[in-house]
Amino acid sequence: MAQTNQHHLVLIIARDFASRLSTPVFLVDVTGKVIYFNEGAERVLARRYVEGQSMEAGDWSTVFEPSHDDGRPMELSEIPLGVAIIERRPDHGIVRIRGIDGVQRRIEVTAFPLFAHADECLGAIAIFWETPEPVPEDG
Amino acid sequence: MKVRIWGSRGSIAAPGPETIRYGGNTSCIEVRGDANETIVLDAGTGARPLGESLMERQVQRIDLFLTHLHVDHLEGLGMFAPIWSPDIELHIWGPPSPVASLDERIATYFSPPLFPVHLSEVPARVTFHDAPRDPWTIGSITITADPILHPGATVGYRLESDGKALAYVTDHEPALGTDLDAASTSWISGYALAHHADLLIHDCQYTEDEYPDHVGWGHPSVAHVASYARRAEVDRLVLFHHHPGHADAELEAMRTAVLAGWQVEPQRCIVAAEGTEIDV
Repeated sequence: MAQTNQHHLVLIIARDFASRLSTPVFLVDVTGKVIYFNEGAERVLARRYVEGQSMEAGDWSTVFEPSHDDGRPMELSEIPLGVAIIERRPDHGIVRIRGIDGVQRRIEVTAFPLFAHADECLGAIAIFWETPEPVPEDG
Repeated sequence: MKVRIWGSRGSIAAPGPETIRYGGNTSCIEVRGDANETIVLDAGTGARPLGESLMERQVQRIDLFLTHLHVDHLEGLGMFAPIWSPDIELHIWGPPSPVASLDERIATYFSPPLFPVHLSEVPARVTFHDAPRDPWTIGSITITADPILHPGATVGYRLESDGKALAYVTDHEPALGTDLDAASTSWISGYALAHHADLLIHDCQYTEDEYPDHVGWGHPSVAHVASYARRAEVDRLVLFHHHPGHADAELEAMRTAVLAGWQVEPQRCIVAAEGTEIDV
């Protein structure tokens, strides 16, 4: 077949779905490279898609400074989207990130891999929400 | 490759005086390869006369490529003469499904009470194949199957031989959620199948007036077909899968509309008619 860079239909549909949601969505290919994020995600990340497209996993997992609630840095393998890509299973968790505007935000993330066939992973998708700060326990 | 159209209609057969020029049989195309391979694209009601012709020609091996299993692409299989001959080696290829095997899904239609005989009882030597993810060859022809936008598991096919490419992309709504004129080609369904094809056979089900009431049904408007052909940079285009309600004159008007959008020489776009033969 002619060599083209057309994405798999599953990714085309995933992008279309994401583009219609106000909920932030982040879409990566099987290597973890960013292939789309929607306007909702742009607001939370304070970065436009045109500036963030093609970021590798090693970039997006550091540029937004992901961390745990206690301030410890979060490795790619601990971020739900990283889990989805590396372990090819769904994951959910709380992540602190710092947008390009310098504002730290606490987000709740659900991520899952996108399989076209049982043995064919095409990428992963993360849906996330800003979530309130935890209520301090009474001392 | 030599292409002959045996059925060009979509949805349901539409015989009658208003469709006599382009025909009323549903989707079925024969492709003869340079090494005499016999490939059949879909098994709509056009498969009945095709089957008789293949038996007369004493063809022994047939490869049938199903784009999907909607009835208008399958309903001719029971009256396809080669399937009733033990001398015929029939390979049926179709889109894979995580739910059931290809033969199980075809047998949903090809079994009582919808059909008197169960698929497993036909005399022909039938082998079922999930369309592979990677290109494969049959004789001199290299085939690629790729999923395309249509409800349910659906693929389009690209056949390449001797440096020429035929793309068969029917039942396809590439503009669903996409502005075909503005989108990067990497985000257009079916783009890789059709890219630089010498001949593209593509669904042309709806007029611009009809499409808004059928968004998501899996078929394009004439404007979408024009945009898709232009973006894929195909050489020639055959308008296919005609709406059963479109009379001959309406199909010709749709071709005019496609040409207005595509803006190429008129001879590069034709309306699929039963009996049409095209060299690729």
